[in-house]
Amino acid sequence: MTGGDSGFFFTFFNLAVAKQYWPNIAAGMLVTVGVGIAVVVTGTVLGLWLAVVRALGRRALALPIVAFADIMRSLPPLVVLIVLYFGLPALGMPLSAFAVTWLSLSLVLAAYAEESIWAGICAVPSGQLEAARSTGMRWWQAMRWVVLPQALRRAVPPLTNRVISITKNTALGSVVALNEILNNAQGASSYAGNPTPLMMAAFAYLVVFLPLVVFSRWIEQRWQRR
Amino acid sequence: MESLIQNFFNLEIYATVFPHLLRGLWTTVWLSALVIPLGAAVGLALALGFTQSGSRAVRWSIVGYIDFFRAFPPLVLLILIYFGGPFLGIELGKVTAVALAFVLNNASYYAEVFRAGLEGVVKGQMEAARSTGLTRAQALRHVVVPQAVKNVLPDLVGNSIEIVKLTSIASVVAMPELLRAARDAQSLVFNPSPVMLAAFMYLALLWPLTRWLGRLEHRRARR
Repeated sequence: MTGGDSGFFFTFFNLAVAKQYWPNIAAGMLVTVGVGIAVVVTGTVLGLWLAVVRALGRRALALPIVAFADIMRSLPPLVVLIVLYFGLPALGMPLSAFAVTWLSLSLVLAAYAEESIWAGICAVPSGQLEAARSTGMRWWQAMRWVVLPQALRRAVPPLTNRVISITKNTALGSVVALNEILNNAQGASSYAGNPTPLMMAAFAYLVVFLPLVVFSRWIEQRWQRR
Repeated sequence: MESLIQNFFNLEIYATVFPHLLRGLWTTVWLSALVIPLGAAVGLALALGFTQSGSRAVRWSIVGYIDFFRAFPPLVLLILIYFGGPFLGIELGKVTAVALAFVLNNASYYAEVFRAGLEGVVKGQMEAARSTGLTRAQALRHVVVPQAVKNVLPDLVGNSIEIVKLTSIASVVAMPELLRAARDAQSLVFNPSPVMLAAFMYLALLWPLTRWLGRLEHRRARR
């Protein structure tokens, strides 16, 4: 701070800069929300599917699933993202920044979702499945109508926290120049020579994610009371 | 197939960059060893503040802190501190900026874990400890906190694994940890193999811990 015009507010909350760059931040928010929703949908569906396949009890199917879940939970998401971003073109499959961010975070979320849902399935006593089968249901019918509803109820609270922390990771997309909030804010901030866009980005993230955090608290309490 | 080996599993490149990546791995390890205990300590303090304080204002500000940082992407926090600081005339060193961002962020996650642990210890434990003549602080230190930690050990381990993984974002501010070392090597050899080697090193470090975590969770589920 060198006094006069360049005071704290002029630097971090510069209205002229904010006015000029808010469309960039707003466009970034759309991309962040878009990738986030796409990741949540594909990640949880893939995770659910993997958990059910693992429940079939075939070793040849279960082992690769366990290995996948372990690897994806052991690698930093940013490493997965960079490996795919730079590796896929070498395999003749160049993907856009959007697609790579979507794919990597979906794989990571799928691994955690698989583990949570699998733990939920294991917690349902095996008599439930047997009883359902004895009424004439097929295996997948018993899984769909009897086991999964109970398993998901256990899996949801730990999963909501995971979903939030993984969708927050859409900010990692900025590393491969995905035009989401952080990337746009960094660009704007270096054009303007002023950190106001970064403050706007911070605010934008809170607008997107704070409601989710509050919602997850609500889910946790609601689920606990039962 | 050849392209796959050439670009991902190029042994010649692996051999060349291995010492460089090993230094990066070492940075990842000491950075984790710095920020994990700090974050856990601040988190425990917040959780104790939340569970022990009778003041509504204190409890609400702690929940506010926790929710704020649960909603805030750590990478955004790091960039804000690292690139915003100089505008305030605060030139933080790389390590300080990274450590500050990590501790602010991690403390909220640890606080949630410790809070759950502390709330899981029945009230009678504190009362019984007090009745033996221990002060409140002594009762917390010797009776309540140890049980709380035992209750949530798997979550503490899980959170710590997440932090080791998270240190990879420090690569963005040119902290020479494992991912950064790999990216630097990648741009020198024009080949993504170093990043793949870094992935193997992360696996070597973290897969055993992930397995151990699975066993801890399994044991708790059976209790």
